[in-house]
Amino acid sequence: MANDIKNKHNKTKQSAKKSKLKMQPYQDLAKTKLAKTDPGSAIDMVAKARIADRMCGSDFIRYALTDFVELHGDRAYGDDNAITCGIGFLDDLAVTVITLEKGKTTNERIKRNFGSAHPEGYRKALRLMKQAEKFERPVICFVDTSGAYCGIGAEERGQGHAIARNLMEMMTLNTPILSVLTGEGGSGGALGLAVADEVWMMQNSIYSVISPEGCASILYKDEKKSPEAAEALKLTSKNLLSFGIVEQIIPENDKTLSNLKTKILEKLHSLLQLDPAELIKRRYDRFRKIGKYEEKKEILIVN
Amino acid sequence: MLKHIFKKPNIEPEVPVSIEYHKCIDCGTKVDLRKFEDDLKECVCGKSLPLSARKRIDSIADKSSFVELHKNLCTVDILEFKDYKTKLETAKKASGELEAVIVGHCSINGLLCCIFVMDTHFFMGSMGVVVGEKITRIFEYATINNLPVIGFCASGGARMQEGIFSLMQMAKTSGAIKRHSDKGLLYISDLTNPTTGGVTASFAMESDIIIAEPKSLIAFAGPRVIEQTIKQKLPFGFQISDFVLNKGFIDLIVKRKELKPELAKLLRMHCKSEK
Ligand SMILES: [Zn+2]
Repeated sequence: MANDIKNKHNKTKQSAKKSKLKMQPYQDLAKTKLAKTDPGSAIDMVAKARIADRMCGSDFIRYALTDFVELHGDRAYGDDNAITCGIGFLDDLAVTVITLEKGKTTNERIKRNFGSAHPEGYRKALRLMKQAEKFERPVICFVDTSGAYCGIGAEERGQGHAIARNLMEMMTLNTPILSVLTGEGGSGGALGLAVADEVWMMQNSIYSVISPEGCASILYKDEKKSPEAAEALKLTSKNLLSFGIVEQIIPENDKTLSNLKTKILEKLHSLLQLDPAELIKRRYDRFRKIGKYEEKKEILIVN
Repeated sequence: MLKHIFKKPNIEPEVPVSIEYHKCIDCGTKVDLRKFEDDLKECVCGKSLPLSARKRIDSIADKSSFVELHKNLCTVDILEFKDYKTKLETAKKASGELEAVIVGHCSINGLLCCIFVMDTHFFMGSMGVVVGEKITRIFEYATINNLPVIGFCASGGARMQEGIFSLMQMAKTSGAIKRHSDKGLLYISDLTNPTTGGVTASFAMESDIIIAEPKSLIAFAGPRVIEQTIKQKLPFGFQISDFVLNKGFIDLIVKRKELKPELAKLLRMHCKSEK
């Protein structure tokens, strides 16, 4: 959840000053900071997932899409800058791209509200997914958020309702949807763009129902125990792949973007071959089977 | 996730045991305890105490019409989360239930419907895999049998101890609700105190008609989280039923005692006449 935005803001300011706002190209970053580190602990992974200049959806748009046209607004309240939507060509395939991200420079981060979307962001995304459905374009979502925004306006305009609507509509959207978690997959705010035919995670990304800090402060009454919480939540890409919650881990190296482009194109073309009813049935089954429980035969009386 | 909300209401009314009346924490009205129980633990001003799922079913279902389904679904400690097993045992003892939701079918003034009822006495009504599974199953059952669904929401949100699996329940239930809805079937949700987090951002808000109980907290992010984020106090009544109604996110507010006839009326209007 986005409860420490001010702190993050200050930290960003400091780190931005240090690097004089010059952003290291992602390729270099992958070579240095990420590639050298050991698999490490869960909390290290959380830190990596939060690195400001990680690859994000906008990087992919710049790298892989031609003739990209950004489309704004939810047609009800406003335009949310945390989420960028638009259409463009991926090779010769027209696609709708939706990217929720935190921003890399201080200015960008402020503009993007540190990657925490308001209800109008989710509604804009849904509007453009419905548009994609109409014109039979596949949808690609990129997600990096610590969570949907927690504030007065967000509540007044129905944050819960906006996310709920997306979950419901995405479940039966009559066109392929692919979601890629590029950094932090923060709870419902991430899921609101991740009900998809396949969900992929970058190698150093995380996906969790609550931030390790939030979990630690509720469970252990101590934010400093977030390393313990991160471990317990099992939120790394490896964990999520083993649970069957994501289909693929995208390795982070100097070929990430080209590799991702190839994989996305392949996947979209194969999803486009499917009969629409089959596509939607598979999407339903994908989520339907997640989770374990026990079904006891005898009636259990508790007391 | 909203532990603070539950600190007060679970305890019996703050009165010495010898005096058998309930004093409302909101308006100060005193009523005889037995009368308070008869009124389904709701004060004349609308302020209420949590009702157990069984009592709630008794309050709206026709006598002995309720048939419980999937009652033996049990939670598995899927992440082997510290202390979770112990906490589950405590929750079972505190509530007398195996999980935070009861599902089944019943009739309301003779009209058949499916029903799910969440219970905050079990783990703050938090949503884990079993809660998601039971709700999904009741929607699938209702879809096959062409039945409406009435759902009572009461939840502190997702159950952290089940991590990502608890988050996925939001998508799973939403899928089942969409199928039910696409078949032209009615779903009414009743949001009771508190309805928050992942439940608000999924099945609570996905119904055709959203009812709320008076003076209930209905939120995505709880007030404490928001206050921490924006570093300021929230205005009085923020995220409470009347406020949410004014903002346009619920259809109507109905008191507990008036709910059964209201539901029957709505169900009757959605009965499909035999073709
Ligand atoms: Zn009162």
